[in-house]
Amino acid sequence: MSLVSIDQIHKYYGENHVLKGVDLKVAPGEVVSIIGRSGSGKSTLLRCINGLEAYQQGAIVVDSQAVEDDEYKLRLLSRSVGMVFQNFNLFPHMTAGENVMLAPKLVLGQDSKTSRAHAQELLEKVGLGDKFDAYPNNLSGGQQQRVAIARSLAMSPKVLLCDEITSALDPELVGEVLKVLEQLKAEGMTLILVTHEMNFARDVGDTVVFMHQGKVWETGPSDEVFASPQTSELQSFISAVL
Amino acid sequence: MMQFSDWDILRNLLLAARWTLLLSLIAFTGGGLVGLCLTLARSLRNPLISGFIKAYVELFQGTPLLMQLFLAFFGLSLIGIDVDPWTAAGLSLTLFSSAFLHEIWRGCIDALPKGQWEACRTLGLSYLQTMRYVILPQALRIAIAPTVGFSVQIVKGTALASIIGFVELTKAGTMLNNATFQPFKVFAMVAVLYFIICYPLSLFAKHLENKTHVTR
Ligand SMILES: Nc1ncnc2c1ncn2[C@@H]1O[C@H](COP(=O)(O)OP(=O)(O)O)[C@@H](O)[C@H]1O
Ligand SMILES: [Mg+2]
Repeated sequence: MSLVSIDQIHKYYGENHVLKGVDLKVAPGEVVSIIGRSGSGKSTLLRCINGLEAYQQGAIVVDSQAVEDDEYKLRLLSRSVGMVFQNFNLFPHMTAGENVMLAPKLVLGQDSKTSRAHAQELLEKVGLGDKFDAYPNNLSGGQQQRVAIARSLAMSPKVLLCDEITSALDPELVGEVLKVLEQLKAEGMTLILVTHEMNFARDVGDTVVFMHQGKVWETGPSDEVFASPQTSELQSFISAVL
Repeated sequence: MMQFSDWDILRNLLLAARWTLLLSLIAFTGGGLVGLCLTLARSLRNPLISGFIKAYVELFQGTPLLMQLFLAFFGLSLIGIDVDPWTAAGLSLTLFSSAFLHEIWRGCIDALPKGQWEACRTLGLSYLQTMRYVILPQALRIAIAPTVGFSVQIVKGTALASIIGFVELTKAGTMLNNATFQPFKVFAMVAVLYFIICYPLSLFAKHLENKTHVTR
């Protein structure tokens, strides 16, 4: 039984046909890496999965909930789907701890004590146990991104979507964020990652999805896809980035 | 002819300055309240309401305040509604301020990165929760300084009310000049009084700007 099931979705921005019949099934605990050139529709696909973008045709089902353009249903869906963004999108007027506690308090109705303890636990898990009271702009990019991951995890999502979450980081900070993702995989979290970190996709990811011109051009187990790409497009993409 | 000592001039100006202050306060409070309603109404994203508010703002920003005062004062009496200078000045300055304050505040909300909204959505916050806990606290921080700064514009704007016969600082200065024929002395005093009102506001705006260490 798939946790995420995407069936022939089409997405248009005005005249621009951005997703042209995309299929994707993600099993619980699976780590899927989406790779492809800029503009191939990777972000758009990710944003359709949690309803940030509406799609025009096809169907997406996540955790037995249909992703539809309906404010109420999307709010329910947001409990199953977490998202981490390229530029963190932390709330700058709140401390790291407050960032993590906000949604559990407001959306799940947790009391302060519970949400505080849980937030502390999550910050420790991402290696930031001592940064509870730090404001985002006093943290490095890598630390901010780890807070953002902890913030998503606080809602106990079933699947975590990550859109190029290491692309805005200085190279020496990428590792600490990827380490957290590896740890999440080890704990059985389902991850869908848009990424440029090919080594990570190959070594940690289970499945690779290569997107090209709004389609899933090629997909398969990571090691196989990287070892023997079938299409010339993927071959040239891999040789360009590796 | 009656003789005016310097003290007499100053005393009369000070008395008139009360009305400048009061009119400014009315315009700022009234304009703030109307501006707030406009801002909240605008954020509902109803195209009809937003269109109306846009037109409203264009109207008050695109015409001189003086014309708005004339219309409120003479225009309303033409259609049979008698308004005294107080009402006309209070009303037009309120509407004028509301349009500008709304623009300032909406700009502050729009200035926040779209990612803040998206982060809230993915965390499951409702629209009102997003506004209350994430958007407004940040928008307020960046809004305070320009808002206080605009209050200086309001104070200076009240000078125009002198033209419809409202006796505030500028009008009192004109009258005192007619009586004393000492324009330099009188208007220097007027200017100094405006400065005494406005300068602390400017300082305050600067102070706020520094104090609310805008994060990000
Ligand atoms: N908000 C938007 N409005 C209009 N067009 C968009 C928008 N977002 C993305 N696009 C277009 O959709 C296509 C796919 O974009 P995107 O999904 O961001 O690609 P990727 O993440 O693979 O770089 C591009 O042609 C881009 O210009
Ligand atoms: Mg992208």
